[in-house]
Amino acid sequence: MMDSIIKIENLIFEYRKEEEEQPVKAINNISLEVEKGSFTAILGKNGSGKSTLAKNLNGLLLPTGGTVYVNGYNTADEEHIWDVRQSAGMVFQNPDNQLVSAIVEDDVAFGPENLGIEPAEIRRRVDKALEDVNMGPFKGKSPHLLSGGQKQRIAIAGVVAMKPRCIIFDEPTAMLDPKGRKEIMSIIKELHEEGITVVLITHFMDEAVNADRVIIMHQGEIFMDGTPAEVFGQGEKVKSVNLDVPMAVELARALRQRGIEVPEKIIGTEEMVEYLCQYK
Amino acid sequence: MSIQVKNLKHIYEKGMPTESVALEGVSFEVEDGELLGIIGHTGSGKSTLLQHLNGLLKPDEGTIVIGGVDITAPGVSMVEIRKRIGLVFQYPEYQLFEETVAKDVAFGPRNLGLADSEIEERVREALELVGLDYEDMKDRSPFELSGGQKRRVAIAGVIAMRPEVLILDEPTAGLDPKAHKDVLKMIEDVHGKTGNITVLVSHNMADIANLSDKVLVIDSGRVVTMGTPEEVFSKRDELSSVGLDLPPITCLTEALRERGFKIRETILSVEDAADEIAEYLKAGGKAEC
Repeated sequence: MMDSIIKIENLIFEYRKEEEEQPVKAINNISLEVEKGSFTAILGKNGSGKSTLAKNLNGLLLPTGGTVYVNGYNTADEEHIWDVRQSAGMVFQNPDNQLVSAIVEDDVAFGPENLGIEPAEIRRRVDKALEDVNMGPFKGKSPHLLSGGQKQRIAIAGVVAMKPRCIIFDEPTAMLDPKGRKEIMSIIKELHEEGITVVLITHFMDEAVNADRVIIMHQGEIFMDGTPAEVFGQGEKVKSVNLDVPMAVELARALRQRGIEVPEKIIGTEEMVEYLCQYK
Repeated sequence: MSIQVKNLKHIYEKGMPTESVALEGVSFEVEDGELLGIIGHTGSGKSTLLQHLNGLLKPDEGTIVIGGVDITAPGVSMVEIRKRIGLVFQYPEYQLFEETVAKDVAFGPRNLGLADSEIEERVREALELVGLDYEDMKDRSPFELSGGQKRRVAIAGVIAMRPEVLILDEPTAGLDPKAHKDVLKMIEDVHGKTGNITVLVSHNMADIANLSDKVLVIDSGRVVTMGTPEEVFSKRDELSSVGLDLPPITCLTEALRERGFKIRETILSVEDAADEIAEYLKAGGKAEC
């Protein structure tokens, strides 16, 4: 049996557009478990329901139907909403919308302070969290003087300081330049290696290649679910819901058309180079 | 119609203790009908350069001649410059504000004081150029559209000014893969149909490699290099020293070359890569690895 941190049972989420009679089903009957310590990437085009799903994972949205358990707590149980939020932290797309203080370390302390933690422990947590995201030297700086990638790291530190078991990243690199993207992806990998469960929502296929598991959402339902190799190995199916495939998968398709056999499990650049070097 | 930028220099907060040089000694030319890609990491001076090209900023030194007119000369009409050079900012959909798509796109032409019939014609033309159906879209609220559609409406607002030069600052940032592809295709279409100079700033090296006639590389406010995509992306070490990568497919083919594959240098598309690799392997080529 899977030791899961998140358990979703028959989740339905509906919202009503103004004036319209019929509610829209953003999530249509999803059941899903996320294993403790795993790294799951969720992909899907805009409107596929992936961000709505993410917001249901820490009680920012509550189910219309079905149940979501985080670390054993039902997200709809008001008494435990703070336990839910402390178990599953969330990092959003735009760092500018997540920073609240004029000084970096105050910003990181905001979450733990709200948990009523004693000052000495807050100090320890803030220092550790800033170290985790390689922003220690910036603790006395003002966030608005930082680059996008640095701001996003501060936002992540603010979540890390809450000591969550799981962090949900909702397109954390969408507004960053390539350097910022690399910084954030390496932080996410490190957090995962330290044992934090990672759920990463992204439009970048090369980020999903790093995950243990890839879930593709389409029209509020789970369209594909498997290891990156299992999912991206079916390139045509991925493309049928208007998503891209990693470049190596695209090259594999083009090579097959030219009579060069390439196994479906080859989805990364390095694997492709190795494979072609061994090709006979 | 061509652009000549000569020895451009721009200093922010000149004379203040915080003074910083944003551009220095920037010179380049864009010929009629070319699509120029500009790359450089954040803070390299790209945005400062774009703002000079449409007169939002004035240089401390140097000149910009567009279609024979020096837009940095004193007394040159800003209205005239803005009519000729359209700048699409990052996340342009944040600037949508009207009740309907047609009114939003008409905002610029209306400010030019054109007749109603002329405005309508331009709005229709601009929406169709960006791949949206005029009849279907004109009365809709821009705020109920998808992200990709909103961005196209915002770009149509600039195109409706019929600029002779269209500048786009990261036009695909933050879009999903489908919208990303659609917007790129739209840029190619608009460029193909109008034949105007188009300037494209992007962090996506694959897009820059595929679309540009010429690529300009900027770092620390200076021109690092300029040339065709093949020329620029063959300078891997130079690019990497200013924090830029090769397009992903080029990274892969260069890695194969390092492992002994005898394939062409600086391959910029997946199809070309597959041709070269397949040909090499079928000819019995083996890597020495």
